[in-house]
Formats: sequence, structure tokens, C-alpha cells
Amino acid sequence: MFASGFRRWATYRGAMAAGAFTNTVFGLIRAYITVGAIGAAGGTLAGYDAKAGITYAFLAQALIAPVNIFTWNELALRVRTGDVAIDLARPVDPQLAYLASDLGRAAYSLVPRGAPPLFAGAVVFGLSMPAAVLPYLLGAASLLLAVMVSFACRWLANLAAFWLLDVRGVMMLYVLASGLLSGHLLPVHWFPDWLAAIARATPFPSIMQTPIDVVTGRAAGVDALALIGVQVGWLVVTLIAGRLVFAAGTRKLVVQGG
Amino acid sequence: MADRLAPYAALLASRVRSQATYGRSFALDVLGSAGVGIFEFAEVYIIFANVDALGGLDFAGVAMVFALANLAFALADLTVGHLDQLPTYLRAGTLDAFLLRPLPVLAQLVTSDISLRRLGRAMVALVILGVVLPLNDIDWTGARIALLVIAPLAGAAIFAALFVLAGAVQFWLVEGGDFTAAFTYGGSYAASFPASVFAMPMRVLFTFVVPATFVAYLPTLVLLDLPGPVGLPQWLGWTTPVAAAGIWSLAALGWNAGLRHYTGAGS
Repeated sequence: MFASGFRRWATYRGAMAAGAFTNTVFGLIRAYITVGAIGAAGGTLAGYDAKAGITYAFLAQALIAPVNIFTWNELALRVRTGDVAIDLARPVDPQLAYLASDLGRAAYSLVPRGAPPLFAGAVVFGLSMPAAVLPYLLGAASLLLAVMVSFACRWLANLAAFWLLDVRGVMMLYVLASGLLSGHLLPVHWFPDWLAAIARATPFPSIMQTPIDVVTGRAAGVDALALIGVQVGWLVVTLIAGRLVFAAGTRKLVVQGG
Repeated sequence: MADRLAPYAALLASRVRSQATYGRSFALDVLGSAGVGIFEFAEVYIIFANVDALGGLDFAGVAMVFALANLAFALADLTVGHLDQLPTYLRAGTLDAFLLRPLPVLAQLVTSDISLRRLGRAMVALVILGVVLPLNDIDWTGARIALLVIAPLAGAAIFAALFVLAGAVQFWLVEGGDFTAAFTYGGSYAASFPASVFAMPMRVLFTFVVPATFVAYLPTLVLLDLPGPVGLPQWLGWTTPVAAAGIWSLAALGWNAGLRHYTGAGS
């Protein structure tokens, strides 16, 4: 499933290049806004100096495709059309099969969608990345967990299709909430207290803020391990919730035709 | 004249009827669209939870730039945003049906799918504008009032032209939908913030290539009577309709060239 997910996305090279270009343009715009805000704050804002802010902006763009911050409604469409019946008839667990396929997609998109924005950021501004090896190893583990948490959350959002005819509203709300609360727009560390508290009560920071904090070394050593522990916690909770809701949905499901 | 517009009126009325048929679904879609505006404004809100100024403007100034840009984009998105779907039409061959009818293809495409739900986002922008206008220190003259009304409309025309240009490019790049998003959605994003934060090349790109700063930032400089940053003098704020006319002539050329380039799949 992992390999087929990888190959499936490798087919769309033109779309990959176009996506990377768009991510790069947005990275540039956001980097300037970030620098403007950090400058107005007197040089550092919540521990971010200009270079750290720029690095954050470009990493957030580089991770869009791998963690799939935007919409994924494949499962919802299959529930609506009834194709999900085929998934249920397969001799593999549907959730794990889709997870494997999603990891393949993430693995393929990592370099073609991640490298161009980071390269542009490094050339135009210069990025501040740690010189040691450990943050990258921990960052890789954190990114893998981020992809899986993101999948488990999207899986849950898609399951709304068992109960609603049209999930467009739910998916839109999901994309908006995850985009803001994951730290994709601006670091969660910049949020006013009430909004930061809401964000930390959701799995969303585990999708973007955490891998960036770990790979840039903002959270190092025990702090990084603690953040990764939080990711593992959310992964377990969201995967189990996804299984329970999926089971409830399939009990309700009636697929017509033969 | 009335005779010539009648087919469009019929098309538009059918779109309105179809969207109003599923009342609850439509209400949810309007709410979702309003949500987009609210969540985007969160970025401005979070920045100003930390600082007092961005690019030489205070909160009220930046919020005004944001609201003007969002209003313009929402109006453009409402009327022509579905041109984004052009690759789907091209692949499925549905465009061929439009070519057979004795009406301009672009006019048919535009009236074929007006998305009234996007009024939600326009409403949010109007509310933000209504709240922050009194917070700004504006010396109201007749000319400034006229500019406040014209800027969002001319801005909508600018974004609409960008959508049409993006659509025209699809005739050549069927897989390249995301590539043009850098200029349509990226232009909208760049227009929502003071261009004074950009370095010179970006400022020039988003003013004289993609005329995004004409939508909100330059008119805001006029309204607040502020000198612009290097390269963007305040008087440019009066020329938003000129920028709209310029980008539309380009869009019309591009669209016609794209349509001539198009060869159907024989369906």
C-alpha cells in the first residue's frame, strides 16, 4: 500500500512542480510579513529573531504537502458513492491500509514539494538550521508522527460522510481550523493565551508546530522528547477514535446495488 | 440590448434557483465561506496581539487593507472563481458544449456557476471594514469617499482578470492549476498586507506585474494620507481603475489566444 501510494503520486510530476512553486511564493510573502512583525516587536518575538521567523515561514510551506494540511476527501467520496463497500470487503484493515497509502504519498511529496521552498528561502534570506545531527533525527521521527496524526485527523473528518450527505462544510471547517491551530499561518507561540490554550487542547499543533520546533532545535533534548511523546499520545487517541467511529459508521451504512 | 442580455439573465436565474433549492446546505456553505474570511483575519489579529504596527500601519490601517483586499477578492471569487475548474472542463470535454452556442465562451462560463455562497466572505470583509473605518483617522473628502467605493470594485476587477488569465494559461497547461494559484490566491494574500513589508523586487512584482497592491494598500495610503514606501508613491492609489483596465486588456488577449489554441477532444 505504501509503495502504491508513492507510485500513484509520482505520476503527477507537473502538479508537484506547480504546487512547489505556489508554496514558494506563499513562503516569500509570509516571510516578509513575519520579518515585518518581528522588526516591529524590536528584533525578537516570542523567541523568534528575524532569521528564525523566516525559517519557520518556509518550513511551514515545505511541510504543507507531506503532512497534507489541506483537504483530503477521498474517503468521504467513497462513502458517498458506496465504493467504501469495496474497502470493507478487502482482507486488510481499511484504516491501516489508507494510512500506509498516505505515508507513501507523504514520502514521495517530501522532497519535490519540500525542497524548492526551503531552497528559495535559503537563497533569498538564509535559514537558521541547527548544525548538530540530533535535531534532524528527532525531527524525522516527529515528522513521521505528524503525518500519521494528520492522517488520523483527516480520517475522522471524512467519516462525517456516514452521517451527512454533503461534507463540504465539515471539510472546510476542518481545513480552516487545522490551518490556524496547527501553526501553519503563524507559530502557536505567537498566539494570545486563550487561542494558544485552544490550540494545545487539539491534536493540530502536533501536525506542524511540533515537527518544526523539533527540527529547528527550538525544542531540544528532553523538551523535544516530551513533544514527541505528546504526538504519540495524540496519534493513539485519534487512531482509536477513528476506528470506533468507522465501526459505528459501517453499522449504519447501507450500500445499494450489487 | 435587453434581448442580448436575456440568455445570461436566464442562466443566472437558473443558478440562483439551483443554489437556493437546498436551503440548509446553502446556509452551511455561506457560513463556511464566512469562516474563511474570519480565519484569514486571525492572522492579522495574532500579529497585532504581539506588535503595535506592521509596515508603518497600525491595527486599524492593516485591518482596512485586509478588509478592502478581502472584499475585492470575495467579489471576484463569487463571479469568476470557478474558472479554477477549467482544467476539469477541458479534460471532461464539457467546454465543447459552450463553443457550440452563439454566445461568448467566457460570458457563458462566468454565468454558468456564480457561487452565491461566497457572499459570506464578502459580508465578513464588509463588517470588518465597517468596524475599522471609524478607527482610522481619515480626512473625508468627496474624492476619498469615491475612492473607498471604487477601490473594492476595481480591485474585484483586478482579481477577476487574474482568474481569467490563470484560466487562459490552462489551455496550455492542463495539469498546471496549482501554478497559477501562486498569482491568484498568492496575489490575494499579498494584497491583504501592507506592501511596505516587502523588499523592493517583491513590491515591484506585486504592483507592476501582478497588480495586487493596487487593490487595497495603495488606496489605503490615499485614504490615510500617508507617503508610500520607496517605489510606491501615494498617488498610485488613485490609479486602481487604470490598473484594472490594464490587466483586463491583457486577460482578454490571453483568453482569446487560449481559446484559439484549444482543440476539442472531438466529443
